[in-house]
Amino acid sequence: MSGKPKLYYFNARGRMESIRWLLAAAGVEFEECFLETKDDLTKLRKDGSLLFQQVPMVEIDGMKMVQSRAIGNYIAMKYNLYGKDLKERALIDMYVEAVIDLNELLMTHPFQPADKKEQHFATIVDKATNRYFPVYEKVLKDHGQDFLVGNQFSRADVQLLETLLMAEECKPDILAKFPLLQSFKARISNIPTVKKFLQPGSQRKPPLQEKDVPKLMKIFH
Amino acid sequence: MAGKLKLYYFDGRGKMESIRWLLAAAGVEFEEEFLETREQYEKLLQGGSLLFQQVPMVEIDGMKMVQSRAILSYIAAKYNLYGKDLKERALIDMYVGGTDDLMGFILMFPFLSAEDKEKQRAVIVQKATSRYFPAYEKVLKDRGQDFLVGNNFSWADVHLLEAILMVEEKKSDVLSGFPQLQAFKARISSIPTIKKFLEPGSQRKPVPDDKYVETVRRVLRMYYDIKAN
Repeated sequence: MSGKPKLYYFNARGRMESIRWLLAAAGVEFEECFLETKDDLTKLRKDGSLLFQQVPMVEIDGMKMVQSRAIGNYIAMKYNLYGKDLKERALIDMYVEAVIDLNELLMTHPFQPADKKEQHFATIVDKATNRYFPVYEKVLKDHGQDFLVGNQFSRADVQLLETLLMAEECKPDILAKFPLLQSFKARISNIPTVKKFLQPGSQRKPPLQEKDVPKLMKIFH
Repeated sequence: MAGKLKLYYFDGRGKMESIRWLLAAAGVEFEEEFLETREQYEKLLQGGSLLFQQVPMVEIDGMKMVQSRAILSYIAAKYNLYGKDLKERALIDMYVGGTDDLMGFILMFPFLSAEDKEKQRAVIVQKATSRYFPAYEKVLKDRGQDFLVGNNFSWADVHLLEAILMVEEKKSDVLSGFPQLQAFKARISSIPTIKKFLEPGSQRKPVPDDKYVETVRRVLRMYYDIKAN
């Protein structure tokens, strides 16, 4: 068994992208197996690899892990991106869970029917700029440190950067009112492992194009 | 401040119920403040108590914790219900993820129209019996032990029992094809802290009713239609 984790998912961001980010930030090399057709998914289901018949699935340390949160938790713990004690972990969890909520909105945008798209876009912008970003801006302002938790690089920083960049893809000036998030973005993007992941040729996936939506839907239906 | 554990939510299950279950299973006493009016909610907001403007919120160990998964993880770790090492934690997280997804189908149920409720009931039963219950049945069968992970009572066991009971409320004989789960249900229900929580007069909340739905809509000003997933 190779030492490298192996990711099973579509060749798209979806619920695997946060895991790619985390592994990359931790400097961990990984392989990917892309599901292209419904048969690929059926095959994985039939051979008992998917505990709840779903992807993401990651082969890591002898386990076939499913559930993106479980996988993220395991990677964060294993590579020391989860704080130094229970209280730091609690903060990291709170920040990451909220980012997951915002990601959910961003992720489902391409799948919105045409007549709901504009409303959905407005919801994303509203939630991002009124509910989520002000919190992280304040956290950074209050402690004046480089990282969100415990003055140390953690999963919370990785997942927040991922979300900031996705939000900017949605609306380029979305960080206009958040100077500390802008400098946070620059600072975390410069961390060598993160910088590498942000360069062309990395395993980071591009935003989902409208034209790719039907193909993806076909794998599920 | 230390020692006071207080839950802020509606007087109903929602996203707080799993937290009540876990605290009860751990034998930890807690107080509750129920949101009944918009004013109460706005007061909490203005006081800066709700980090992302949402409940559940739990005051615990000097923190005002939000995000139900974060709260559950903290409680599980604190009260030794999270396995003994990283691998056991991984299993617990996976199993809890599954039961969380299953209970997610039930979470919105009270808010659906009568017609959508019937459809959703069928979805819940179908997902439970074809996707989730078989997975846990197999885990129990393969391991032949009392608990899901590491032969120790954990968060995964509590969460699964909660899910089983919730699905049974939608279809009482839903466990009929699952002998391991039936035995599991009886076994975990007999654990003294759980048994106590299952008795009348505990802080366990009943199946949500129209009054609960009205309260949530009123407090959160959530008047739009909820569609099933």
